[in-house]
Amino acid sequence: MSRLRLVLFGLGAVGLAVLWVVATTGLPPVGTDVHPYRDAAVAAAAAHATANVVSSINFDQRTFDTLGEETILLASVVAVTTLLRPADDERVEPPDPPPAVLPATRLAGWALLPVTLLVGADVVLHGHLTPGGGFQGGVVLATALHLLYLAGSFPALQWVRPTRWAPLLEPAGSGLFVVVGLAGLVVGAGFTAEFLPPGVLGAPLSSGTVLLLNVVAGVGVGAAVVSLLGQFLRQEIVIGPGAAP
Amino acid sequence: MTVLLIIALLATGVAGTVVALTPDPQRQAVTLSVYGLLLGTVFVLAAAPDVALSQLSVGTALVPLLVLLTVRTVRRRGGRSGGSGSDGS
Repeated sequence: MSRLRLVLFGLGAVGLAVLWVVATTGLPPVGTDVHPYRDAAVAAAAAHATANVVSSINFDQRTFDTLGEETILLASVVAVTTLLRPADDERVEPPDPPPAVLPATRLAGWALLPVTLLVGADVVLHGHLTPGGGFQGGVVLATALHLLYLAGSFPALQWVRPTRWAPLLEPAGSGLFVVVGLAGLVVGAGFTAEFLPPGVLGAPLSSGTVLLLNVVAGVGVGAAVVSLLGQFLRQEIVIGPGAAP
Repeated sequence: MTVLLIIALLATGVAGTVVALTPDPQRQAVTLSVYGLLLGTVFVLAAAPDVALSQLSVGTALVPLLVLLTVRTVRRRGGRSGGSGSDGS
């Protein structure tokens, strides 16, 4: 069995090596000043007053690609929610009293909660200016919520009821992403086209739809991660194997 | 800068090998997290802070956490113990 795996791995490795050599020999040399893609991307970003060129690529020049990524997240949330729902031979039981948490851990959890929320919002809202954006900021926002669990307050986390609103908020974020794209089709040049006034390069309210899409993606990604983690935590804590039939 | 990048790349390679050679999924989650941190450093040194942020949030925090939670749940259910490494040959 493991021999077969080794042979399969060998075949794959040889194939990868051949393709890698073929692919890289045709590349332009590294470290030169010739970057056709950079020149085009930076010019396009500047034309729409987006200071962070990476955000411009993700949310303006290749928005359709990002929509695909957002959809992958949506699909994974749907899959996890479906697979991890209480099965017939399982039952929801009240959580065990949480194990004792060190006071220092509890303090760190509660103290970092507002800080992490703030950092997450900052990463989302400045995604068009500085490194970051909806995806990274969304994950930070989602992890902030789970500091409650780290602080030993699973009841507090349950009180927030993430498994109730997050699976609804995630498709809402993805849906709004599509709505912004369709607005480009109606008002602008085509699906996901820029249609808002770009503003001044580097200003907090600039870059037109990039900022809007960052916020929408931040909501979607944050809700996606919250519901993923929420489902896994719920599976771990409150769903137990039922009585044997 | 180039020296730092080479060091970070080598460290990432070593860490990746360590992850692949860690037999126990629970420990693997931790080594994966360290590997993710090193990979994030490579991205920062390669002037790609956006990717580094994604790598840190997803690769260092989220994926190991999901792996840990899954391993815990499976073990608690009395799943087959010692299912690490051996592929039932």
